[in-house]
Amino acid sequence: MKKAAALVLAVLMSTLAVTVHAEETLNGAGATFPAPVYSAWAYEYNKVTGTKLNYQSIGSGGGIRQITERTVDFGASDAPLASEKLAKDNLLQFPAVIGGVVLVVNVPGIKAGELKLDSDAVCKIYLGEIKTWNDAKIKSMNPKASLPASDITVVHRSDGSGTTAIFTDYLSGICPAWKEKVGSGTAVSWPAGIGGKGNEGVANYVKQQSNSIGYVEFAYAKQNNMAYTLLKNAAGIFVAPSFASFEDAAATGDFDPKKDFYLWLNNAKGKKSWPIAGATFILLAKDKKDSNMKTVKFYDWAFKNGANKAKELIYVPLPKSLQDKIRTYWKANGIL
Amino acid sequence: MDIEQKRKIESIVALVFSTLAAFAGLFWLVFILGDVIVHGIGALKLSLFFNDPVPAGMAGGGLRHAMVGQLMTTFFATLIGVPVGVLGGTFLAEYARRTKYARVISVLADIIVSVPSIVIGTFIYAIMVRPLGHFSGWAGSVALSLIMIPVVLRTTEDMLSMVPWTLREAAFALGAPYYKVIIQVVYRGAATGILTGILLSIARVAGETAPLMFTSFNNNFFSWDMSRPMASLTVTIFQYAMGPYDDWHQQAWAASFVITVFILILTLLGRFVLKWRFKQ
Amino acid sequence: MATSNKKNVLDLSFSLITAVASLSIIFIIVGIFWILVRESAPAIHKFGFIDFLISTEWNPVKELFGAAANISGTFMTTALALLFAVPTAIGIAIFVTEVAPNFLKGPVGIAIELLAAIPSIIYGMWGLFTLAPIMSRHIEPFLQKTLGKLPVLEVLFRGTPLGIDILTASVILAIMIIPFTASIARDSFNLTPAVVKESAYALGATQWEVVKNIVLPYSKLGVFGGIVLSLGRALGETMAVAFVLGNNHKIATSFLDAAATITVTLANEFTEADSDIYLSSLYYLALVLFVMSFIALAIAKLMLIRAERKYSR
Repeated sequence: MKKAAALVLAVLMSTLAVTVHAEETLNGAGATFPAPVYSAWAYEYNKVTGTKLNYQSIGSGGGIRQITERTVDFGASDAPLASEKLAKDNLLQFPAVIGGVVLVVNVPGIKAGELKLDSDAVCKIYLGEIKTWNDAKIKSMNPKASLPASDITVVHRSDGSGTTAIFTDYLSGICPAWKEKVGSGTAVSWPAGIGGKGNEGVANYVKQQSNSIGYVEFAYAKQNNMAYTLLKNAAGIFVAPSFASFEDAAATGDFDPKKDFYLWLNNAKGKKSWPIAGATFILLAKDKKDSNMKTVKFYDWAFKNGANKAKELIYVPLPKSLQDKIRTYWKANGIL
Repeated sequence: MDIEQKRKIESIVALVFSTLAAFAGLFWLVFILGDVIVHGIGALKLSLFFNDPVPAGMAGGGLRHAMVGQLMTTFFATLIGVPVGVLGGTFLAEYARRTKYARVISVLADIIVSVPSIVIGTFIYAIMVRPLGHFSGWAGSVALSLIMIPVVLRTTEDMLSMVPWTLREAAFALGAPYYKVIIQVVYRGAATGILTGILLSIARVAGETAPLMFTSFNNNFFSWDMSRPMASLTVTIFQYAMGPYDDWHQQAWAASFVITVFILILTLLGRFVLKWRFKQ
Repeated sequence: MATSNKKNVLDLSFSLITAVASLSIIFIIVGIFWILVRESAPAIHKFGFIDFLISTEWNPVKELFGAAANISGTFMTTALALLFAVPTAIGIAIFVTEVAPNFLKGPVGIAIELLAAIPSIIYGMWGLFTLAPIMSRHIEPFLQKTLGKLPVLEVLFRGTPLGIDILTASVILAIMIIPFTASIARDSFNLTPAVVKESAYALGATQWEVVKNIVLPYSKLGVFGGIVLSLGRALGETMAVAFVLGNNHKIATSFLDAAATITVTLANEFTEADSDIYLSSLYYLALVLFVMSFIALAIAKLMLIRAERKYSR
């Protein structure tokens, strides 16, 4: 009996030892915003190369924290870190893909793309000042929509989130009251609403709760057939979230390797630009030379081969010129 | 109405309420279990046991990685927790029998059995995950073993104390040293009791989520490698149930079904072993 | 002689190994406490002790943290859960010990204990998918129409019934702690000497009078111990409430408000706190929780020990 147990254990241990060396693994964690496209890329990459890239979407705050603690091979964040902060923690940063944050609503009778909101309305809803769907302000923008007298349930993030950072940066840019009372960051002190964990959690709560509103990366709205709204952009025009309007917003950005690509894309001036957009970034620890090489190899592969998958999920792949800048940045920092 | 009748009626009313309370308890059990069974069986597919996950939004995919991860993490937690617990309980029941030390330790063990398990997760994060530089299956196993140790220790202590002292004396008379008496006589006498304790402690940790989130973390891929992040059914349920995809919800129900059945079987097995033992 | 020396060495080493293993309990407690204090030191230094406990601020942008909102969430859900669970649990214990015919005692007892074996994550998920919709569609609107119309009480039922709130979380928590409380109450009831009960029956007491005047007073201490133990457990429960509490860092004034408990905040934010003081504050919360539940559990344990001693005499 004991011998049999020992034998089983020995066999188990040896299989462990064998498999450990046979496969390449890479552990990343962070932003939920790009999680759909990262996991799609990782799935393909595993088929092509055998490398297992385990990406856990725990939130951008988590990406920053865990790479700072060196508990993962790379972190991911939609909130870019300033160069000083990167230098302090010995980190590198580059963008991976661009996407848009949309507002999703679950109001009976309202379909995707039907509701129009301007920045002031979004701000006041999230400040808790506009409390019901039939508020005069919302009605004036949507004279045809049948809006219920129900209370608005505001859904936000409960975890440290780059999507929140992008969204609150957008609100701070257009709404002085928001900037003064709440400010922007990966986690803020919310004046109203309930919190879901990750883009996933927000989407889930909005799906479940009638008369709710939330903000998620567009892929989540798309994959779950949720009703997104139109928004008034900086040029004063109502636009729909789409690949084209995200691309338009992205085109206004000038990513500078000298600043470690630090850049926000909110409230782009273009007439067709979607107002809440952002790049999502990868964070590497300078001292993790081995895993950096593997991570960079993956993103190099994704830049070359992942554009179609990204477009399918309505992310904007980085333009060729930016890709080249990033490759130069890698080389300058001794990777690749 | 005379007093006699009033007392009778009062008695009946009160007892009806207590019966209702018992049925309320049963109601919740049936409601929850029924829900898990109905949804779980509906979502259960053989492919869930053989496939690994696919990207969200794609159809298909399975839970093989999480089931194996859960088994591995629990298995190694048992491997750490059971010896420590059994040996510790042995000390309290044998060498330190009826000392103040034994009393204090067993009270403390009873207390930490119920200490919030999420705190144990933060503790292991600080002493293992951060210093070692990665989340790992090992960290998850250690976190679970810390929950197991007090359970196993207390059952062992109780079960060994129940072995009659005369049995030991008989063995001493044959010239056997104490350690041999313990291993060959006392353990044998208490074996079923200790086994029950072990079964129940496994049932206890197999459903834990909170201590795994910060330690074994999660993994989208199948992995045997305990030194790397390890998937588990429980953390996967948390992730999938909180997510927006219907496919994920289905898989979360299936995973809940699997884990609930596993734990209930262990629990019932434990009860029956105990019952069978005391009937003898 | 040599063999007996060898025997002695083995005996000694075995006793030493077991002694060390028994010390693991001390290591765990002291280790957790020490690490939590060490990790929360920056936050303790920055926010102090009383100030941290009474500050309702939870603002990662300004890096100001206080525990009051989380502590109030923890206490509100726990208190409400006990309110629901204790009467049910005592009723169950009375049923199992006094009322039920013998053939029912075993099965009902086992069923209640199975309820205790279901993992908390299952409760949480069931709460989100099954209970929350029922609460928001039926029970909460009903409560608003009835209790919500009464003066004073009305405050507790304000707000939109979402099902993601303190009330739902408390119901789930209550279902979870019923088995613990019930099984301890049952054990305490069983300690009542049969002689005393029988003599009361002989004097013509009704069944309820025996329970009320003999069994309950006799087992008071044990039942209280069970309640405090459940309280200690409820304070630290994470997954069952994480799904349905809504993560709101504000002191709730209504049962229909979203809230956050210490455990839920840890579950959501622990791996994701981007600044050092944020993480340290989370460790500080964990420390507060650890100390609170340790004290509650210790009190419960001491009560149960005293109860046991009283009866075994």
